[in-house]
Amino acid sequence: MPDPSVRLTTLPAAPGVGYKPQHFADIMRDPGGVAWFEIHAENYMGDGGRPIAQLRHLAERHPVSVHGIGLGIGGEGRLDPDHLTRLKHLCDWLTPASFSEHLAWSSHEGAYLNDLLPLPYTAATLACVADHIDETQEALGRPMLLENPSSYLVFDESTMSEPEFLGELARRTGCGLLLDVNNVFVSATNLGMSALAYLDAFPLARVGELHLGGHHEDADEHGAPLLIDSHDHAITEPVWTLLDETFARLGACPVLIERDDDIPPWPTLEAEAARAGRALARAVKRAAA
Amino acid sequence: MSAGQGIFRAAVLDPARPSPAGLSDGRGHAAGKRFDVYRNNVAVGLTEVLETGFPVIRKLIGEDRFSAVCGVFLRQSPPASPILSRYGDGFPAFLAGFEPLAHLRYLADVAALELAIRQSYHAADALPILPESLSAVPPERVDDLRLGLAPALRVVRSHWPIHDIWSYNTVENAPKPAPVAQDVLITRPEFDPAPQVLPPGGAGFIAALQQGATLGTAAEQAARDAPDFDLGEVLALLLAGNAIVSADLPGDGHA
Repeated sequence: MPDPSVRLTTLPAAPGVGYKPQHFADIMRDPGGVAWFEIHAENYMGDGGRPIAQLRHLAERHPVSVHGIGLGIGGEGRLDPDHLTRLKHLCDWLTPASFSEHLAWSSHEGAYLNDLLPLPYTAATLACVADHIDETQEALGRPMLLENPSSYLVFDESTMSEPEFLGELARRTGCGLLLDVNNVFVSATNLGMSALAYLDAFPLARVGELHLGGHHEDADEHGAPLLIDSHDHAITEPVWTLLDETFARLGACPVLIERDDDIPPWPTLEAEAARAGRALARAVKRAAA
Repeated sequence: MSAGQGIFRAAVLDPARPSPAGLSDGRGHAAGKRFDVYRNNVAVGLTEVLETGFPVIRKLIGEDRFSAVCGVFLRQSPPASPILSRYGDGFPAFLAGFEPLAHLRYLADVAALELAIRQSYHAADALPILPESLSAVPPERVDDLRLGLAPALRVVRSHWPIHDIWSYNTVENAPKPAPVAQDVLITRPEFDPAPQVLPPGGAGFIAALQQGATLGTAAEQAARDAPDFDLGEVLALLLAGNAIVSADLPGDGHA
């Protein structure tokens, strides 16, 4: 059962940016208004060398969030004990302000597919994912945040909506949630749903962090929009609008700019972070008024 | 959960298979092309990982052929763990047995060199000994020394000029490769792996040290393989590369 006295994250309610090694020197010189950084756990599981050395420097100066890509919380098999051990080792030496993973799977019988693959939302998958979250939180000795996926399709066998499913997971395991605003927009557009209705149904009280990223626009064979969560573009205007809607419902919250491909120079990401910071400040001001 | 993920996985890796049943677009149609998003993410993502790991192989065979080769490899040998900096251990052996590229006989060894450079980059840090600590050893005891080597050290042996092929494709104004066999030593003086050609006998000498031989035994072995083996030259390379991390004498510990 959730223990309300345990904080889900100690990240500041301020903008952060996904850390990329090519920005290391810029960040050390002057991080501007960027208050924290997020790393992908699996990129820092080598034994040493420059990646680990730079991460140590970064973490000496800034709060760091560890975001796992490859644990496969949504996998139907058991979690990889070796990978859990590696995550624990990373969290133990880095003592990050937050740990998060995805509602997705990526490995099957020893093969890692390097993508966040979807699962149906049923009583059976709920029980299995809840067990995996329990196991992860126990192994790491800390609560985790679970991120909503971007969806391209739905499972006919699903019996619950995604916000319901995530809310029930949080209730059963005490985990927090990471709300990716871009993923809400991508999924709503792709599946012909309302993004605002999704937000209204989302268990916002459990949200410890927001993500914002760019997507790529395509169409399916029926001419319906098909947005791909590619993290290789600037954040689009509708997603900024949805961020305002999210802050209006949620209040202040750590918010991350994600860019994983076609990485622009540091000032471009810093400017996106500053914009997210202004959206956050507006929400705080409105709440105080 | 049902047998779903096994079927999903098989269909993601094999575009010739139909997409799994029971998936739709949320608007009443079957998922159709939407399933291809996952197929594409997996193939493109893993190909990018291999491009990052094997840039010289990509340059040697060209972008299109490289993508096609990766497409075969990643379906046959998907990553065994989410640590993608390790993906591609099996790529050199795969290339060695890949019939359509069999005429490029040096390719597998160049891939082994690129893999070793990447392994060196991510290897554990270790403090090197100071060169003075070797020169302080009494001459009559030098042969008894046991040298510990840095975790970032790698040696790749080849019948082909793999160092020169690698440098010709990565370093500006590097000389054109000549048809000679090359053994390559990779050290990591700080954070950047530094590949260089080993002189004759060097690879055998380092292999003997790694198996725990004393300096004297390793040097003798190397001289048997390569009569012009120059111990001083190889030790200087190792010291300059911060690749010796311990030097112990039996009985009295550190040199």
